[in-house]
Amino acid sequence: MGMDNEQKRNDLAALQAKLAQSRGKDLWRGLEEVSETEEFNRWLDDEFPNRGTLPHVDRRDFLKFMGASMLLAGLSGCRFLPKSHIVPHVMGPEDRVTGIAVYYATTFVQNGFGTGVLVRTYEGRPLKIEGNALHPSSLGASDATMQAAMQTMYDPDRAKAVTYRGEPSTWELALGSFRKCLEQTQKGELGPVAILTPVTTSPNFAAWLRKFVNQTGARWFQYDGVGRDAAREGVRMAFGDDTTPVYDFKKANVIVSLDADFFSEGPGHVRYTRDFAERRRVHGEEVELNRVYAVESTPNLVGAFADNKKRCKASEVRQVAEALATAIGLGSGGTAPASVGDSFVQQAAQELLANRGSCLVVPGEHQPKEVHALAHAMNVFLGNSGLTVTYVEPVEADSKSGVLSIGRLAEAIGSGQVGTLLILGGNPAFDAPADLNFAGALSKVEHTFHMGVYANETSELCDWHLPEAYFLEAWGDARAHDGTASIIQPLIEPLYEGKSQLELIAALCNDPRPGHDLVRDFWMKDRGLSKEAWERALHDGVIEGTAGREVAATLQPLNLDPAQTTSGLEVIFRPDPTIGDGFYANNGWLQELPKPLTKTTWDNCVYVSPKTAEELKLNVWRDADNPQHDLAEVTVGSASVRAPVIIQPGHPDGAITLHVGYGRTKAGAIGDGCGSNVYPLRTTATMHFAGNATLKVVGKTKVANTQYHHSMHGRDIVRYGSVSKYKENPTLEPPGTMHIGGHGKDEDKYNLFRQGKKDHAFDGHQWAMVIDLGLCVGCNACVSACNVENNIAVVGKDQVINGREMHWIRIDRYYGSKDGAPSLDSPDTHFMPLACMHCEMAPCEPVCPVAATVHSAEGLNMMVYNRCVGTRYCSNNCPYKVRRFNFLYFTKQYEMPSLKMLMNPDVTVRSRGVMEKCTFCVQRINKARIEEKKSGVPLKDGDVITACQQACPTQAIIFGDLTDEQSQVNKWRHEHRNYTLLPELGIRPRTTYLAKVTNPNEEVEA
Amino acid sequence: MPQIFSKKANTYSRVSLFCLLALPAGAIMAGMAVTRGPAQTNVGMPLDQPVPFSHKHHVEELGIDCRYCHASVETSAKAGVPTTETCMSCHAHIWTNSPLLEPVRKSYETGVPIKWQKINKVPEFVYFDHSIHIARGINCNTCHGPIQDMHITWKGQYFFMRWCLECHREPEKYLYVNPRDPDKDPRQKAFDLYSLNKYGEDLTPIEWRNLEGSDLKFSKDQIAEGEKLVEKWGVKVKQLTDCWTCHR
Repeated sequence: MGMDNEQKRNDLAALQAKLAQSRGKDLWRGLEEVSETEEFNRWLDDEFPNRGTLPHVDRRDFLKFMGASMLLAGLSGCRFLPKSHIVPHVMGPEDRVTGIAVYYATTFVQNGFGTGVLVRTYEGRPLKIEGNALHPSSLGASDATMQAAMQTMYDPDRAKAVTYRGEPSTWELALGSFRKCLEQTQKGELGPVAILTPVTTSPNFAAWLRKFVNQTGARWFQYDGVGRDAAREGVRMAFGDDTTPVYDFKKANVIVSLDADFFSEGPGHVRYTRDFAERRRVHGEEVELNRVYAVESTPNLVGAFADNKKRCKASEVRQVAEALATAIGLGSGGTAPASVGDSFVQQAAQELLANRGSCLVVPGEHQPKEVHALAHAMNVFLGNSGLTVTYVEPVEADSKSGVLSIGRLAEAIGSGQVGTLLILGGNPAFDAPADLNFAGALSKVEHTFHMGVYANETSELCDWHLPEAYFLEAWGDARAHDGTASIIQPLIEPLYEGKSQLELIAALCNDPRPGHDLVRDFWMKDRGLSKEAWERALHDGVIEGTAGREVAATLQPLNLDPAQTTSGLEVIFRPDPTIGDGFYANNGWLQELPKPLTKTTWDNCVYVSPKTAEELKLNVWRDADNPQHDLAEVTVGSASVRAPVIIQPGHPDGAITLHVGYGRTKAGAIGDGCGSNVYPLRTTATMHFAGNATLKVVGKTKVANTQYHHSMHGRDIVRYGSVSKYKENPTLEPPGTMHIGGHGKDEDKYNLFRQGKKDHAFDGHQWAMVIDLGLCVGCNACVSACNVENNIAVVGKDQVINGREMHWIRIDRYYGSKDGAPSLDSPDTHFMPLACMHCEMAPCEPVCPVAATVHSAEGLNMMVYNRCVGTRYCSNNCPYKVRRFNFLYFTKQYEMPSLKMLMNPDVTVRSRGVMEKCTFCVQRINKARIEEKKSGVPLKDGDVITACQQACPTQAIIFGDLTDEQSQVNKWRHEHRNYTLLPELGIRPRTTYLAKVTNPNEEVEA
Repeated sequence: MPQIFSKKANTYSRVSLFCLLALPAGAIMAGMAVTRGPAQTNVGMPLDQPVPFSHKHHVEELGIDCRYCHASVETSAKAGVPTTETCMSCHAHIWTNSPLLEPVRKSYETGVPIKWQKINKVPEFVYFDHSIHIARGINCNTCHGPIQDMHITWKGQYFFMRWCLECHREPEKYLYVNPRDPDKDPRQKAFDLYSLNKYGEDLTPIEWRNLEGSDLKFSKDQIAEGEKLVEKWGVKVKQLTDCWTCHR
């Protein structure tokens, strides 16, 4: 094995040299592409990579099958009309009209914090989640998880019934059993009761918990698998008291990220991304961009977007924070680690000082408390408090929780002080720190109860499992990142026997009222909302005037513990970018969503930098017919985990990243057996990173990576440049770009739509899309939103390996260089969302033998599933490779009764053997057009919003009508930066892009 | 040498040759006849319903507006079938003991819906919208047949795609105004036909065609009239035949 590796190992110096020599192509997708091995190119060029999976049929059999199919083809059209029934309501529900979707406001909860959403329901079925424009954490945007949560709602593997040691039971018996435990405790026959919940912001739930604690003398512990303890402790360290920082990215000219990924993690990240994007808009001569300095360990979205970026080990971020504090004159003695360099810190410090009150230092969620404390200290020192960062009273109901809390619980169990344990939500047997051996501790508790949406690893170890109602089925409340409270309003009766945590805890307080009454009475009686205010809160999705009060944040002298450095190989633990802490492991849409930066699916991998890979003698080659990755065994202390190796440019040297959340054993049919469990490597002391890891290669394995599919063969695709370049040449067009009918003076000459030629008799609205690459942060919200809106099938790991994923929109990730030599170690990262471009001269159309793809009068490239016979010529001829083919009956999964309810009735569920692709959300266009015709009021700009556009937190996607001179899409198309992808083809795609403008500080040394 | 075939072999060979051609052709024609006829399409076939509801009685004799029961036809893609509550809004007061209405009363008492047989159905890949057709003044009978004559409801048209396209390709032959009140909202006009007929108004040929489904030869003037309406109402004819107008 080792020998083999040695031979095939990449010569990184040679790769680097090759990259430096490359001229035209300074964007590359991965190491294999740069290396351009013969095998790789063969794999890339092959129309059917991995053809080994295709059945081998000899010529005679082939002819037999063809003959038989042709004979029988006609018969497939024959059938008798199916009988069906109409079952109208007995009593018509109020406000519901058959065939018209209704939206209700509710609240989606992530890590305890609420984000306001509007949920579309169709005849009583919740179908699609959108952001709520009135809610401060959303402002109308959403993220990938929020979108895909819909599938969790209808997941057939959800917990359906109360079980006692695996046998079906009832709520009455379960509650009776718990009450008996309480009685025994009161008599002193049994140890005290303990409750373990995830961190909650719900004022109502917390009030009931406290009531329960007071009534029964129970103890309340809180724990999240991937929690925010460090952030809370950091605040406490800086100010001596609990507060919650609320950032205002709109006001920040300079942002320093200390390993923070505020685009995808933490309370309010959707809102922050939207605010941030407000400072990245370039219109004509107006170029007033903020500037982001990012220090990152595991590459993240903020680092990918940053104007100036440095990478270092996770343990070194604290040194960077100390150096930065020293450089701005707060404290002394800090020096930047060599991997970051003094120049970066000094330049960042200078700009921070020059922008006092309008800058921001953001600590990373997974950095230790000292980094948080330092960041807050710097923000206060720089006068940002009250301007770019506001400290409000703590949003969490009980902010003193987390890993220490579960540690105390484990201790109490160990000393026999817990007789009954009630675990509400969460999965501590799976995700608690390994040193606590929580799974083992559970067996020491006499009576254990677990409530969860899924019967998971923890339920298996508990006596009782109680099914929990999902947030779309239950009443509740939660607070936003800034403290604003909103109601969780159910959209549907619980599908199974679920009850909410709130209902359970109230029932245990002998108050078995339904959730609605509990929530209404809390807000109307305890919090004094009038009936009108309550109804408005339900309608708007926010309770007015509940935002957290600002508190005076006075800095305490910082007594920092000695830095927690690591020696040897460092392992960085991170939640998985798509399935999070593991709760969403059974969500196919999230499993198959490519991880934003690495584009892997269905797996967690060992991510390692090219240089460290070389040191560890890891292999980057793929075998053309059988692409495989090294399977590595990572050992920390006595625990080890096996995962495939992915070499990730931009990863810090001397460290590897492992994502927790995978390796579930009781997740369900989809999540079981995916990836490997990293939690056993993580202990109380090493929640975010650990040192002295060892890695050895133990074999080969396959990874389902979408990275190399649909490659564009290295042509210039993403156009980008710095502000100074933009001022020189606002088109940012590389020299020598060919044009046929692109934007510019030839526009009218080649514009078929304006000439109205017979073949393309355009009529009516002309739909077009513009995507601003300068705003795209690569967060995947659009992909996820498209999945839900358009009934996209999940194909599974094996089929992704075969390149058969079905996403209608993909986000291509390119690595590139700024001006100097391209770098393998720390490349710039660019994202480019790509869906069907609806070319006016679409190359897919003339090659279809059955006219299954044709053009509409409104300029849409239509795909007619019923005509499609599956020749796939269209896909072959598509220069953007945005067409997807149903090689197998991928949508069979949606025939399951519960998943059937997930399907959007406005969109056909495609069957085997047909091609499909982005429709520009034609169902939304048709709906708007019908309303336009009925009302006689012409469509306004913004009346048709595509699903991707609606979800996008940065509003990087604009969709609209070209015939409306004032439309936003026209304005964007007239920007200098507007360009067509592959303009030399002259196919006039209706989707164009705005070149990305970056704002780097050129003074920072590389 | 004697002849191998007797004289009658000629007849056999002729008949065989004829059958060789005629039988497959006949089989194909028979197949077509079956698939296009009521045996397959159910056109003109009254179906058994739990309640023998008569459109003729309610529409023609009583003059109840379509929208009393099919309430969402103007606003939604689906016309809607009345709830039991809607039936009971009258039948709580009249025919309260009729045995025919027993299923309705039972449904109202028990809360179990009435299960009607579906008569008019387009395939799932067709996204038909009632409201826009009504808004253009397309009368119900254009698709549903002479509903005012149906005691037990039957399917009025076979809903083949080519039948849909007859109108989508030439909307000028189907758009019309009420000559007695040319400025009337086309939406309202669609429902007036029944009362006009009931009270003995003289109907124009187009109105007759729509009401009874009779064939109609169009004069040039009539087509020109229709084209004016296409223009006036901004009907985008090319768009009407775009695949994604109905399939997506």
